Amino acid sequence: MLLITCPFCGPRDESEFACGGEAHIVRPADPAALTDAQWADYLFMRKNVKGVHFERWMHSHGCRRWFNAARDTVTHQFLAFYKMGEQAPDIAPVSYTARPAPRTDPALPADPALHTDREGAR
Amino acid sequence: MRRYSIWSLARNARGHHEGWTEAWRSPEPKPEYDVVIIGGGGHGLATAYYLAAEHGIRNVAVVERGWLGGGNVARNTAIIRSNYLHDDSAFLYDKSLQLWRDLSGELNFNTMFSPRGLINLAHDKSGLVELARRVAALRLNGIRVSMIAPEEIARRIPALDCSTRAANPVLGGSWQEKAGIARHDAVAWGYARAADSRGVDIVQNCEVVGIRREGGRIAGVDTARGFIRARTVAIVAAGHSGVVAAMAGIRLPIASHTMQAYVSEPLKPFAHTVVMSPALVSLNQSDKGEIVIGMGTEEYNSYSQQGSLTHIEYVTQKMLELYPSFSRIRMLRKWGGIVDVSADASPVIGKTPVEGLYLNVGWGTGGFKAIPGSGWTFAHTLARGEPHPLVAPFGLERFHSGRMIGEHGASGSLERYK
Ligand SMILES: Cc1cc2nc3c(=O)[nH]c(=O)nc-3n(C[C@H](O)[C@H](O)[C@H](O)COP(=O)(O)OP(=O)(O)OC[C@H]3O[C@@H](n4cnc5c(N)ncnc54)[C@H](O)[C@@H]3O)c2cc1C
Ligand SMILES: [Zn+2]
Repeated sequence: MLLITCPFCGPRDESEFACGGEAHIVRPADPAALTDAQWADYLFMRKNVKGVHFERWMHSHGCRRWFNAARDTVTHQFLAFYKMGEQAPDIAPVSYTARPAPRTDPALPADPALHTDREGAR
Repeated sequence: MRRYSIWSLARNARGHHEGWTEAWRSPEPKPEYDVVIIGGGGHGLATAYYLAAEHGIRNVAVVERGWLGGGNVARNTAIIRSNYLHDDSAFLYDKSLQLWRDLSGELNFNTMFSPRGLINLAHDKSGLVELARRVAALRLNGIRVSMIAPEEIARRIPALDCSTRAANPVLGGSWQEKAGIARHDAVAWGYARAADSRGVDIVQNCEVVGIRREGGRIAGVDTARGFIRARTVAIVAAGHSGVVAAMAGIRLPIASHTMQAYVSEPLKPFAHTVVMSPALVSLNQSDKGEIVIGMGTEEYNSYSQQGSLTHIEYVTQKMLELYPSFSRIRMLRKWGGIVDVSADASPVIGKTPVEGLYLNVGWGTGGFKAIPGSGWTFAHTLARGEPHPLVAPFGLERFHSGRMIGEHGASGSLERYK
């Protein structure tokens, strides 16, 4: 069971909380100016990170206030709790992807994205 | 492929069963393929099989991060049905149900498909109305389902608490006679063996770690065992679809959650049909006699393949409310799988902005039943470069146009998409 620290009430059992999904999704200032694809991106597309995920929680059976947390989606370990409106803490991303093997195709330029971490929070 | 038959069984029995050969090869990946399929689950293997069997495309690799059958294909509760609300879903799932019927013969592998019928319960008025609406829609689409009365439900499932004092009163239900279950790992093995025998390379322990593009076109995949060039690449990675799509800069309307199942000690046959309830996702009795309980998804994103104890407690409570006599049954095992739940609880199938890169993902909590139909239509999609008509409505573009295919009710995905 998860032990979740509400920034207002302190550590409580998981069963007191509801998870609100990915945090820091900013509502576009002028929705009418967006293309359908940009609007769909805001509404539906998610990072779905394997590793450190910044997400919203609500203390639904307690103070009923929303807050943010950083949690590893593989180990479920919480790395930070912080209030709404506060900046996300600087947490180094974790990568669970294997290293690529050296067999490369000489005809192709190496993929620049390959050696940077692609799973952590951006 | 050495065919399995009564004769091969007898021959091998004479040799004390020491003469069986491996069902598929474990080849080194070649430097280049026509098609590379990322993910060796049910959908990836079925796609490879139909590419070879129906379209003559045999220079195909299925690249699997772990071992064959280590994903959801062998972690599900194996329920097969086609009672989905919308036309698009009903036709696709029903195509799949038709393919299930002859699958064991086609693959020469016993998938133990057992069409034992399925009851969906309603515990409140709105649930009953919802079921009636779904039944009406299905009948218009020519799919045989009907409503059944509480008395008939009580007769068919004696263990279910149908009394007036029940915590989840049984107000009625729907019935699909042709629904059932199958042996899930046999499906993975059967497709793998049949694909392998037609020349498909199944490469296990080979994680895809990057997707390379040349211009706007696919070039191939970087893997833990080196770069593999390909003209067509398909992402069929279920729970990890978002991780893999991100390698090509594609964002998906999908969140990965853990879904759990658990099984009891073996009991005498008593549950002759599959039972689904909004309170407890599903119950069926395996051929070994175990009660198999499907539990729905956890609330938060997860890649752990381990469900929480909180959820087990909740589901156990629901199970005992519905089936009070189970209180003395011992539950033996439980496990979790990572399901890729999409915003409208329907799969995402089709092209991507990268030419030659395709998606078949987002099957979420209900993709086992769809394996034959998905593989059959997706192979067509890859071979022709155009979506098969049955899957054309399921493209990523529907999230832009707003033409969603909401199947939260029929799929049993109770969690909200966040
Ligand atoms: C507990 C539970 C119960 C369920 N019950 C039912 C049910 O009763 N009926 C039903 O219809 N459906 C059910 N489902 C859903 C169903 O199991 C899935 O929708 C379906 O199996 C997913 O497709 P798949 O078989 O291709 O997935 P998987 O078997 O998960 O295949 C995906 C594969 O991709 C591989 N992969 C991931 N990343 C990479 C990478 N980077 N490189 C290479 N390979 C990679 C994974 O290792 C995995 O093997 C259930 C699921 C669960 C977890
Ligand atoms: Zn609180």
